[in-house]
Amino acid sequence: MTAQDNTPAAKSTTRTDDGIRDILRSGAVFILLAALMIGFTLAQPAFININNLMSILQAVSVVAILGAGVTVTLAVGGFDLSIGTVAASSVMAASYFMIVWGFGAGETVVLVLALGAAIGLLNALLIVRLKVPDLLATLAMMFLLTGLQLIPTAGRSISPGLILPDGSTATGKYDPLFLTIGRSSLFGVVPLPVILMAIVAVALYVLTERTRIGRLLFATGGNELATRLAGGPTDRLKTLAYVISGTLASLGGIVVAARVGRGDVSSGGSLLMDAVAAALIGFAVLGLRRPNVFGTLVGAVFVGVLLNGLTMLNAPYYTQDFVKGAVLVGALALTYGIARKA
Amino acid sequence: MPLLQAQALSRSFGSTRALADFNFSIERGEIVALMGANGAGKSTFVKIISGVLPADSGSVTFKGQAFAPATPAEASAAGVVTVHQSTDLVGIPGLTVGDALLLNRFVDRKQPFFASRGRVRREAQAMLREAGFDLPVDRDFAELSAAERQLVAIARGLADKAELLILDEPTASLSATESRRLYAALLDLKKRGIAILYISHRTADLEALADRVAVLRGGRLVESFARPVNFDLAIETMIGRPLVSARPDARGGAGDPVFELSGARLLPGSHPFDLTLHRGEVVAITGVLGVGKSRLLSAIFGNVAVAEGEMRLAGRAYAPSSPREAVDAGVAMAGEDRHRSSLMPAGWPGESIVATISLPHLHRWYPTGFIQPRREREKAETAIRRLGIRPSGPNTSVWTLSGGNQQKVVLARWEAEPCKLLLLDEPFQGVDVGARHDIITAIRSRNDRATLIATSDPEEALEVADRVLTMDHHTIVQSSRHGDSLVSRHDDGSLTGRHDSRENSSREHA
Repeated sequence: MTAQDNTPAAKSTTRTDDGIRDILRSGAVFILLAALMIGFTLAQPAFININNLMSILQAVSVVAILGAGVTVTLAVGGFDLSIGTVAASSVMAASYFMIVWGFGAGETVVLVLALGAAIGLLNALLIVRLKVPDLLATLAMMFLLTGLQLIPTAGRSISPGLILPDGSTATGKYDPLFLTIGRSSLFGVVPLPVILMAIVAVALYVLTERTRIGRLLFATGGNELATRLAGGPTDRLKTLAYVISGTLASLGGIVVAARVGRGDVSSGGSLLMDAVAAALIGFAVLGLRRPNVFGTLVGAVFVGVLLNGLTMLNAPYYTQDFVKGAVLVGALALTYGIARKA
Repeated sequence: MPLLQAQALSRSFGSTRALADFNFSIERGEIVALMGANGAGKSTFVKIISGVLPADSGSVTFKGQAFAPATPAEASAAGVVTVHQSTDLVGIPGLTVGDALLLNRFVDRKQPFFASRGRVRREAQAMLREAGFDLPVDRDFAELSAAERQLVAIARGLADKAELLILDEPTASLSATESRRLYAALLDLKKRGIAILYISHRTADLEALADRVAVLRGGRLVESFARPVNFDLAIETMIGRPLVSARPDARGGAGDPVFELSGARLLPGSHPFDLTLHRGEVVAITGVLGVGKSRLLSAIFGNVAVAEGEMRLAGRAYAPSSPREAVDAGVAMAGEDRHRSSLMPAGWPGESIVATISLPHLHRWYPTGFIQPRREREKAETAIRRLGIRPSGPNTSVWTLSGGNQQKVVLARWEAEPCKLLLLDEPFQGVDVGARHDIITAIRSRNDRATLIATSDPEEALEVADRVLTMDHHTIVQSSRHGDSLVSRHDDGSLTGRHDSRENSSREHA
């Protein structure tokens, strides 16, 4: 007699209860989202305006892109704490490439993405080869990058006319083509960052849920030993996850840089926490209780809708983090506490 | 008046009736064994009387009074004490045996705040005297053998004034001598009037101990067998169908050598040995825990390196550096402890029967990378039919299956694609007799591969294999053909291997 005799117990309650609870569990986030949107519209009709909705999506696009990366690292049973600083470093790197080195948009984007991938690879090297625990390796990387991004400009933010540490003045400027990434809209309605977010979400959804690579990524996170004994290349899968995470973080950084048009040393401060929160709120979406790309997207949008609505109702900006935290606590309680009993 | 009596006890989990009008009683000083396939209701019953689960209906009386404990603590305070299968949790490595014995007293707020070494030693010794066990109070808990840990758990239960002791598979990780030591201790408790409810798959245990064997099937008590127990009949009652000859038929001569291992040392300094496996042959390796059986299988599967030696597979040099390479070369392994080595956790992607089977074959089945659910479902359905797995569908979670069915799914995984050599490490762990029979039949029905099975149970080895090898100290010490008797049946009914004298060899923590 072994532990598996327990499993029927976990699923036991009466039938009718199960049906209702199933719907509540899988739809809770959507029901809340709909309620929020109706409430905000009633209170402030401008909320439901298409331009406002698009601005919500634009505001969450970077968080959703980073959150997708977090989701992939969570799927392999890891955790990437460095994404926020990878994004911030990417903002600095993109600005530096254009303003100091005078690169064009194409070269800059390729180089910055490569930089993100390289940092992911370095994380993976620490974790897979040197067996440093995920949290510690990526925490160390976070520290390293926070400091590193200050060195080339001696701690200054990067904007045209930057005075370099050697006393000379930078002659480059932001490539206008680069700025269109953050500032243009398709048909004048859908901002380009929203389209990028959609592409990333669809691509990663397909990768994680519809391909054998996705199956193996989740298998690695579920039971690494079993995956290795089934012939799964667990080291390569983990490496892939961190490279994806790093690359997406640098993509997020590119979007930020293209929107603000300068390399601000303090950019990307809350990105890590926001992205992790989106991924964790995503656990509650559809009642899956596991990392999933769709849930992460919904989680990011949920937080965005709430913040936008509250701002329209004149809630002060300093309550934002509190609101995000409250949503996260609620989502986790829903995922682990309430849904588990069904 | 019986010490404990259960009347018309029922408990359902969803649509499954785990216990249905279950009637049972046990007297003081009686040892009753519960026998039943996985899912027959044994553990549900134990959970009800030990306060883990409430019953849906029915009643339990203990010492003549209605008994419905709400928590395990309440049950043990009343005198019903359960000793669980994994005794690692009884104590804490780094603390002494005495600490382990007094662990639950430390939690009791009525006890003095300061626990001096002397007081711990005194009280622990008093506890052991009470139980009649001889254990080293000052030794580190981590140094105890599995049998001694059982005794610690039992002694702790007795100190709580246990009158009914429930033992769940207590000998699962014990060697034959250790088991005999436990039997002696239990028979002594019986003399003192303590009732023991004993759950075990091992007939040797039951032969040595049980006054009565209660057989459960489908949540009911189907029959009770008094001592001397006819075990063949009891097992047939338990699985609900006649046992076809348990020993395998001798089969035609084995084919060409599939796998050759020469001059192998598993560890630096261990004695070298050779091993040849032929096509169509089922070979079992036995030996007590920690003699290197798992290590040998892992080495062949490329998961650990051999210290020395050469391997050849189908005539070609074979030196896998990872399980991936082994799988590609045509070697498959179902590892020991399927929960750890083969299955995804409940609620996680990949927990379904289909995904469990397809995991190693994804790159072959889906060369484009995109999963087509139909293909793996067909493969899974074939396996479900072939091995007689009883799920509600191929997308069912493996965690809804009994241990035997889970093991069949793991076997189905490696039978889904042809392989040259199949390695099975303890394939009958937590598998009931009926499922074990199905698995053996499935293993023996294939002639296109060699099969190597590691098992610490010599009885199982004889049941499944054409040839049985015995390992000790990381080398193969003995080989016997089908028909030879590897084990001898002692007068006391226990089965022991010939390697018995050396079984206290160091335990493997690999």
